[in-house]
Parts: sequence; C-alpha cells; structure tokens
Amino acid sequence: MELTIETLVFAIFSIITLAGGLGVVLARNLFRAALMLLVSLFGVAGLFVLLAAPFLAAVQILIYMGGIAILIIFAVMLTRGMVRAHKVMNEQWDVAAFIALVAFIVLLVVIIQVAQGDGAPLPQAPVADVTADPTVSLGASLLDPAQYVLPFEVASVLLVGALIGAIYVARDDEAE
Amino acid sequence: MVPLWMFLVVAAALFAIGLFGVLARRNAVAILMGIELMLNAVNINLVAFWRYLTPDTMMGQAFAVFVFVVAAAEAAVGLALIVAIYRRRQSVVAEDVNLLKW
Repeated sequence: MELTIETLVFAIFSIITLAGGLGVVLARNLFRAALMLLVSLFGVAGLFVLLAAPFLAAVQILIYMGGIAILIIFAVMLTRGMVRAHKVMNEQWDVAAFIALVAFIVLLVVIIQVAQGDGAPLPQAPVADVTADPTVSLGASLLDPAQYVLPFEVASVLLVGALIGAIYVARDDEAE
Repeated sequence: MVPLWMFLVVAAALFAIGLFGVLARRNAVAILMGIELMLNAVNINLVAFWRYLTPDTMMGQAFAVFVFVVAAAEAAVGLALIVAIYRRRQSVVAEDVNLLKW
C-alpha cells in the first residue's frame, strides 16, 4: 500500500479519534474529558468525509458535537463538585481494562480471519464509486415508502417521547 | 484508497476504549461519554461497510442516521436522570446509587 493523500488523511483522523477517545476515558478532570469527547467526535466526522458520507459528517458535527457533547458539558456543570474526583476509576478498573483488551483482540482476530478468509475477503478498495449524490439518495431512501419511511417516523416519535421524558425527569419538583 | 480492514481496526479500538470507559469510570457522566464513543465506533463500521460493499443502496447510511437519533434520545434521558439523581443525593458516582443492588 503506497502512501497517498487519502492514507495520510485517514491516519490523521484515526489518530485524532483514538487519542480523543483515550483522553475521554483517562482524563482526571471531567470537564477536560468532555472536551476530549469533542475532539474524538471531530475525528469521526473526518472519517465520514473520507468515506464519502458528507451528510453524516455534517450531522456528526451538528448533532453530536453541537448537541450531545454540549448537553454533556451542561450536565458536567450542573453536577458541581463532581468535576475533580479523588478517584476517577472504580476498584475493578483492572478487570475492566482486561475485558476491553480481550474485546479488542477478539475483534482483531475476527477482522484478520475475515480479511484472509477464503469466503468473501474484505475489499481493498470500494466495489463501486458513489455515482449519485449520497445526500440526495439518503434523503430519498429515508422518505421512500418502500424503504425507511416507517423507521423514520418511529424515530421521530422516539425522539419526542425521550425529550418529553427527559424534561419530566429533570424537572425540579420543589420549585413550584 | 485505504483498505476496509483499517477502518474496522480503528472502529474496534474506539469500541474497546469506550468499553473500558463504561466499565471503569465512577462518574455517571463519564460512563455516558464511554457509551457515546462505542456508538461512534459502530457508526464508523456501518458507514465503512456501506462505502466498500454496498454503495448503491443507502442501507448503511440510513442505519447510521438511526443510530444518531437513538444516541441523541439516550443522551437526553440519561443526562436528565443524572441531574435528577444529583439533585436528590448530591452525587453522580454510580456506586452511590445502589438501592436496587442485590
């Protein structure tokens, strides 16, 4: 595999993603962990651009970085005194590290086996170029009755239900 | 272009990092952040498989969009629960919320 621009971009965004993820998990200061989450999500958005999914990259930045991560930062600030804890990890963090390592190794073994397997090996390059605008075809397939219009509507109902539930749960009972 | 397995390895590493965060952190907000990392790893996998194997149908991207929706709903409800628990017990450490622990 020769070193192309794409490989370089892939390496940069992968390192941003994984370093941000490690920062989220290991940071002692919770606010700093939330900021590292922003970095990691940005790296994932870059990978989406590399995978010819510009709409998902935009959604990643708008919803994830602009919505969810900011919501998490709000929660960090609303739970005062919890930002700098004495102990960040629980007593079983070594077991947790072992489990995470085992999960990673199992996934790696599966990927290697499938990549070298004689069934259908993983492609080195995409089987076809994206001819149509992926954003246009995504929008069309989401509202196509033959494809995803029912999950689309169910997802909107789920969002409404979740947000109303969130407002109800987080409401201050004694404030009225 | 980059071969598919490299995307899968990055996604697997991100998933393992998130799993460690979920299992090891004490703060409930940090646990939620680990879940977000794991969901992002799944999304990388979905979009990578879509791009490399079935770029003519939009299945992979549509699934990724629904993962976004579920992640947003999960973050909203989870953070509301955390704020409610903090208001009642002045703590967001997961070990302190053990009333239902057997």
